[in-house]
Amino acid sequence: MSSRSSSAEDVESRVDDSLLRELVSLLRDRRTELREEWVHRITDADLLNVMTPEEIFGEVTAVYDNYVDVLETGSVETLRAYARDLSERIIPRGVETDEVLGIVLLLRDVLARALFVHYVRDGELLNSIFNAYEPAANRIAVTVSVSFVEERERVIREQQEAIRELSTPVLQVRNQLLILPIIGVLDAERARQLTEQLLGAIQSSRAKVVVIDITGVGTIDQAVANHIFQAVEAAQLMGASAIITGLSAKIAQTIVELGVDLSMLTTAGDLQGGLEEAERILGLGATDAP
Amino acid sequence: MSGPVSILSRGDYLIASIQGDLSDAEVVEFRDDVAERLGSHDARGVVVEVAALDVIDSFVARALRSIAVTARLRGAETVIAGIQPEVAIAMVHFKLDLAPLRTALDLDDALELLQRSLYARANE
Repeated sequence: MSSRSSSAEDVESRVDDSLLRELVSLLRDRRTELREEWVHRITDADLLNVMTPEEIFGEVTAVYDNYVDVLETGSVETLRAYARDLSERIIPRGVETDEVLGIVLLLRDVLARALFVHYVRDGELLNSIFNAYEPAANRIAVTVSVSFVEERERVIREQQEAIRELSTPVLQVRNQLLILPIIGVLDAERARQLTEQLLGAIQSSRAKVVVIDITGVGTIDQAVANHIFQAVEAAQLMGASAIITGLSAKIAQTIVELGVDLSMLTTAGDLQGGLEEAERILGLGATDAP
Repeated sequence: MSGPVSILSRGDYLIASIQGDLSDAEVVEFRDDVAERLGSHDARGVVVEVAALDVIDSFVARALRSIAVTARLRGAETVIAGIQPEVAIAMVHFKLDLAPLRTALDLDDALELLQRSLYARANE
């Protein structure tokens, strides 16, 4: 809670604090009953159906206790850590963002309703209790949802990185010859990485010919096509020839629309043709040398 | 000669090596020195080694082309050796073209390339 300057607000904050303490002890006293009510509401709403009732009950107990702790201390750190941990466990099982948000809002409603029933005789007190409860409850909902989404984004980022590393191997077929099989969707970022990887491999393996096979690429846009040409040109600046194989008709059309100078480009229908062409280039060098 | 450059003769070849980034004036001087050495030595091939360069801008690219043309007029071939990956990416990005220059990974490859093309020419 932020520091208050005026004395009037000091009084108000003290009132808030005592009210909070009162509602925290109320929620602790009625823990078992409210927790079960929450589980019923979750099951009725058909949320979390990838988890067993026992699992739901276990998590619900932990979240409930964390929830009340946050109301008491005002610090969301423990809850955030728990929510991260929970997300890590339930994301692989296919729990969706709307479910998580729905569950937290259900708990908010269950508790709010319990408070309402308890204080309904005194309208003014009920009002003050809600003044104390609502901001804290909303903060909890935000914390849990944000933790879940952040965890999800982290998982997605990790997976993207893994896919990237897996999908762009640079293979040495034999001395001076590299193959770069590109599979999947090529975006500008991946094309840039690919260029870097290719040039690094040319330098470390002293390759003279590189066969770039894009049979596994469905479609590319003009920016990516340009990236591929830039990779070819850069490879040439480093003394290596590049051969592109497996151009689909669709990609060929994209390239035609680009209107690039095709004279600098060596292509072959498939990987086999590309390798034959590569052998020819390398063979020329070998037989001509004194 | 000023600037971090060296020009050596080795048999039929002239090996001009740039060992650090050059100012524009040094680039001009380097170009003129190579041309002069081409005149005094009857070189049949020139290797310009640029592995130490972090940047090849349009000015350097033009100087390299100009060296190649001078060499060609004197009957020598030129190979640029040792362009670094980042430099190659930047050059392509800025559409700096070295054509019709030939390029090689490093000095060894450049000498091999020259050897091969001189041999091919001798056998024509």
